[in-house]
Amino acid sequence: MKRKRVEYEGKLIAVEGLDGSGKSTQLYLLKKWLELQNLKVFFTEWNSSVVVKSATSKAKKRQLLTPTTFSLIHATDFADRYERQILPLLKGGYLVLADRYVYTAYVRDVTRGCDMDWVRNLYDFAIKPDMTFYFNVPLEVALDRILSNRPKLKYFEAGMDIGLSSDLYESFRLFQGRIHQAYGSLSDELNFNVIDATQTIEHQQQLLRRVVSEAIDLSMFRKHTVKPRVQ
Amino acid sequence: MILSKQFYGSGIRSADLSRLGGHLIVLEGADGSGRSTQIQLLTSWLENLGYSVVNVGIKRSTLVSEELAKAQQGNILSKTTMSLFYATDFADQLENKIIPALAAGEIVLCDRYIYTLMARHIVRGGNVAWVEKLYGFALVPDMVFYLQVDPEILIEQNFEKNSSLNYWESGMDLGLSNSLFDSFIIYQHMIKNEFLKMKKKYHFNIIDGDRSVKAISRSLQRKIEVLLT
Repeated sequence: MKRKRVEYEGKLIAVEGLDGSGKSTQLYLLKKWLELQNLKVFFTEWNSSVVVKSATSKAKKRQLLTPTTFSLIHATDFADRYERQILPLLKGGYLVLADRYVYTAYVRDVTRGCDMDWVRNLYDFAIKPDMTFYFNVPLEVALDRILSNRPKLKYFEAGMDIGLSSDLYESFRLFQGRIHQAYGSLSDELNFNVIDATQTIEHQQQLLRRVVSEAIDLSMFRKHTVKPRVQ
Repeated sequence: MILSKQFYGSGIRSADLSRLGGHLIVLEGADGSGRSTQIQLLTSWLENLGYSVVNVGIKRSTLVSEELAKAQQGNILSKTTMSLFYATDFADQLENKIIPALAAGEIVLCDRYIYTLMARHIVRGGNVAWVEKLYGFALVPDMVFYLQVDPEILIEQNFEKNSSLNYWESGMDLGLSNSLFDSFIIYQHMIKNEFLKMKKKYHFNIIDGDRSVKAISRSLQRKIEVLLT
């Protein structure tokens, strides 16, 4: 499908990576830094549309999702955030920060057995981010960070629906392993900005800030100062 | 006559088509075209003949029908979101109702199918190739009927039934006209045009809906009989 060119003044920055890669922490720190410079910033995260989320969590709790409906319901959630917030805010000249973007669906849905072309078509309406950072971390490190305090893993989070193992923790390990592989090849294909997520948090954040400020003229994104009204 | 079932496109990996029997029959048509009445009549006719019938319709999934209805109340969803929401609803019913019923050799009667959903997307300016590929997971029905009724007659039927016109069935979200009446007419013509465009590709049987309930029912039965023998 031929993509229509969408004109917008803002910039879209997305972060991707495994659970436990530290990407959310990094994006949070980046957001703080941008906000303190009085810039127009909007943050959005995966699976958080007000309209769709209740359906998704209900469906997950009752384990009602198949790979197809899992994929579609997340695409619906994304589309709602995209059409109502991401795109309008980009047009309004915002720096939009996305904790996970369409690539999360690419890797998860295909790992679940959906057709790659079909999944990519689903998200074909979405613009390509101006910058995509992939927080790359060895599988064992990510697993350790998540599993070291024996959290209560959720059914779909652990990939139990695709039957890799009947043990929740073992299933999570195997599932994350596959996701990790899928991220790796996607990152090569799409030339993500790869961040070595084994470095210290401060070091990664410095790098992130440097790369962002080199690529984007941040002074263009200042909020307009409110002028006092003439009585 | 049993033909093996097919998907329109990429399909659903876990579904084993060779195990699907039964018949998948679709009835399309606008609100007020007499579609639901005909579904009821067909259901009892088929059951009378000894077939087990499963009825399916849009916005009836356990997964998202409630949320979808709620979202429609507020008129807050944009085009792509709405289309994907409907696709989720349809996929849930396909995997949990249609496919299991066909695997059990039953007859599935669909009160509308992906064609309505595609037409709605396209008249809202959506991309045709995108929505066709989206529904690549859908099964190709054994027979599709399109009950064709002129919008001018549909409006009478709607007034007869509800004394009012539905906001969505009038395409009011498209801003075609401030008048519900005018918008309904324009919108239904647009939908009808999309159906006529799809006719060949999806092998629609066009049924003249501007006839008596009995006459329409007989036409439908005659065509379905061919499928059953």
